Amino acid sequence: MKKIISITEAGKIVKSNSSVMIGGFLRCGTPAKIIDELVKNKVSDLTLIANDTCVPDSGRGKLIVNKQVKKVITTHIGTNPETGKQLHNKEIEVELVPMGTLVERIRAAGAGLGGVLTPTGVGTVVEEGKQTLEIDGKKFIYEKPLKADYAIIYANKVDKFGNAFLEGTTRNFNPVMATAADVVIVEAQELSETPLDPNYITIPGVFIDYIAV
Amino acid sequence: MELSKEQKRDIIAKRVAQELHDGDVVTLGIGLPTEVANHVPHDVNIILQSENGMIGVGHRDFNAPERPIVTNAGGLPVTTKPGACFFDTTMSFTLIRGGHVDVTVLGALQVDEEGNLANWMVPEVFVPGMGGAMDLVVGAKKVIVAMEHTAKGEKRILKKCTLPLTAAHEVDMIVTEMCVIDVTPQGLVLKEINPLFSLEDVINATDAELIVPEVFTQQAV
Repeated sequence: MKKIISITEAGKIVKSNSSVMIGGFLRCGTPAKIIDELVKNKVSDLTLIANDTCVPDSGRGKLIVNKQVKKVITTHIGTNPETGKQLHNKEIEVELVPMGTLVERIRAAGAGLGGVLTPTGVGTVVEEGKQTLEIDGKKFIYEKPLKADYAIIYANKVDKFGNAFLEGTTRNFNPVMATAADVVIVEAQELSETPLDPNYITIPGVFIDYIAV
Repeated sequence: MELSKEQKRDIIAKRVAQELHDGDVVTLGIGLPTEVANHVPHDVNIILQSENGMIGVGHRDFNAPERPIVTNAGGLPVTTKPGACFFDTTMSFTLIRGGHVDVTVLGALQVDEEGNLANWMVPEVFVPGMGGAMDLVVGAKKVIVAMEHTAKGEKRILKKCTLPLTAAHEVDMIVTEMCVIDVTPQGLVLKEINPLFSLEDVINATDAELIVPEVFTQQAV
């Protein structure tokens, strides 16, 4: 059985100066309650790995506004003007990564691979300073695996084995992030007392360390 | 000939819609490209893909719960069409980068003679990030740039892009309110011209060298 904890307890697990992956695409599929705890606890100097920095008053966006993030590895900061402002003032480091590359770098780390070869970014600034390889006449960029100390993910329904079901477009980065961090916490919207149907599991419970409700 | 912004967008979206065929898997960019879906004839069923993890995007859902669980890439709640399915980002970009998207329609800041596209940043001014655009342009079988021919009087179909590129040599077609251009290994071929404009108008509004065939079609407007 997995460790079932409260949202408050979950918010105390993540330490300052650590790297943390947080699931969600804008607001959709974001573990918003645990993020609120991190905001409350003023966890600082985080390296945030996420699809985007959301909007200033929601989810991951709040961590940016409260200056709890020293570096963000992401695909898009356009929806949160505060990220751009801090970047301009050199208060935050921003590593912009194409979405397909970010997800595959995380997948590589979680799947025990040495990295990814992708055609995305060839001939652009993304290629600068990176190794390239030509395979059957086509150029690819070598991208390194990306892991984190913590992953905080969201799920609609989780059973006591950690098996998680995600609805609609809440899936996004949540399943892959569950594979690539030392400690994985899932924010369960609903904890199922009975085991979920094995046919309808989005994330196998073996990846999960803590279930927060 | 002075067209309003709405008229221009309408002409462009209508013309791009003609490039979409029954059964095509299509990914539309935010803004003008999204409007293309409104001009696809009813007997043509395109399958809209959304990079945040969905195939079979319907229309804007005004009855969604406060925290919607089905959204488009702009975070807005949407409905699903029959046959829709959801997946995670890994699968989404397997579709996108793996060549399983037939057509993508995107806006541009600049596009050039070699089919290079710049649409993701203006250094020091506008740095939102590339999101999924770089993967889309590299992976889609056909890349259509849908944009107004000039921006505030500035030319944007150039000999060579000056802004940081989204992707190199990937654009297949450019549709503006003035004309339709095919990107070929020889250069930009003027395919159609909007009868509201003269050939001279188009050439004057374009920095890139245009290959003008002896006969070109009139753009349906």
